[in-house]
Amino acid sequence: MTYDIRPMGDRALLVTTPNPASLATAICGLRLDGVTEAVPAAETVLIRFDPTCNRSNLRRAINELDDLPATTNSRTHVVIPVTYDGEDLDDVANACGIDVAEVIAIHCAPTYTVAFCGFAPGFAYLSGLDPRLTVSRMSTPRPRVRAGAVAIADRWSAVYPRASPGGWRLLGTTTMSLFDLSRTQPAALKPGDTVQFTPVTSVTTSRP
Amino acid sequence: MIHILATGPQSLIQDLGRPGWANIGVGPSGAFDRGALRLANRLVGNRETTACIETLGGGFRLAVNEPTIVCVTGADGPISIITNGVERLTARNAPIALGADEVLAIDSPTFGLRSYVAIRQGLRVESTLGSASTDTLASIGPAVLVAGQEFSLANEAISHPPLDLAVARPISGPLHVILGPRWDWFTPVAQAEFLRETWAVSPVSSRIGIRLIGTALERVESSRELASEPMVTGAIQVPPDGLPVILGPDRPTTGGYPVIAVVVDAHLDRLAQLAPGTSVTFRAVDLG
Repeated sequence: MTYDIRPMGDRALLVTTPNPASLATAICGLRLDGVTEAVPAAETVLIRFDPTCNRSNLRRAINELDDLPATTNSRTHVVIPVTYDGEDLDDVANACGIDVAEVIAIHCAPTYTVAFCGFAPGFAYLSGLDPRLTVSRMSTPRPRVRAGAVAIADRWSAVYPRASPGGWRLLGTTTMSLFDLSRTQPAALKPGDTVQFTPVTSVTTSRP
Repeated sequence: MIHILATGPQSLIQDLGRPGWANIGVGPSGAFDRGALRLANRLVGNRETTACIETLGGGFRLAVNEPTIVCVTGADGPISIITNGVERLTARNAPIALGADEVLAIDSPTFGLRSYVAIRQGLRVESTLGSASTDTLASIGPAVLVAGQEFSLANEAISHPPLDLAVARPISGPLHVILGPRWDWFTPVAQAEFLRETWAVSPVSSRIGIRLIGTALERVESSRELASEPMVTGAIQVPPDGLPVILGPDRPTTGGYPVIAVVVDAHLDRLAQLAPGTSVTFRAVDLG
């Protein structure tokens, strides 16, 4: 297999692949001299290295990585309880031409996979969103989205780990802590993990 | 005890940062001018990795209540010791014996922007994910320093300073870059302009990114969207307004704007010293 491999400066390469999380895991598994980090994103993997790394050997080793599994082996399955009380539920339902109950059912149905983390510490981009829930980001992001907000945008779902500005459409909230620096593993979700959202039935709210 | 009397526009605790956590969305942070941090530590006989104070511009003041060796590196410009209200100039890039109740004062740099203050034995600061650095974007690490804050010493010194003055010559000339993974997203005219333009550093620059002012760079397809890509410090992203942003150590770990070029590792420290209004030019170099 020949990947599209491009330099990202003199200390990193950027590799295009359909399975960034798997490729990143596979590269780390090779334990190549001088390779310090493999970071997946949506369609690419960044491979960082120090000056002891032989760049042509690294390129060859990447191209020898064939038949990668679509998922990684060391994955954890994480169940996230969600109270579907998000500000954008009605707007999403309208935009998708379905009712709120269907939005919730469709959002809870899939098993998502953590494709990569970015934007903020512990912010995991979850792939596997049902295409019926494809909505665009807000043209003007909210100045503050609360921690635990469960959201969707484009082909992704995510949970805001901490309060931050944000332009994704808010479906609900979880009380689960997604990022906590006092834990040995601060992030609850890492690339390759699988995620299931389950609705929490609220006793205090009933939607009209 | 170390007493922070004044912080200037921004003073932060920084060491060599926390690389290796991009997988969970945590960026490297760390001293913007890594060489200056290492030098300051060497000159006071600390490990090169010891946390120092990174201070922006002038106005920083520090006092100690027992004799201590300190050192200031990074930007160039006057620094002084104030004893009983009497101020005398002293040297950067050299160990300074600071007496009890004397004040170290950093004035506005004449060259560069960020100074590094190393204190022999280091400051006692908490480490998060292996580093005491303040990440100003992710809010990880110690809070931004405020006047009146006090630190005790960490007892991390390893040896007596091996030399008494380092020659730290500011490097000028174009920043060397490797053409970026999305170089081909830009028109031939934009590619040429990027390398020919004398860019000016915008005043809204920070440790997250250095914004440049100049000719807007045009993309081949203006509406094409880029899926989020992993970023590196020194990556030069071009947002839709066409004006390049050079990513600094507090950058996000991923970004959605095309990277036209990446500053070579050997020139990254120079980014820390790009004061607003400074001119910047780029020269494309080949990978060795």
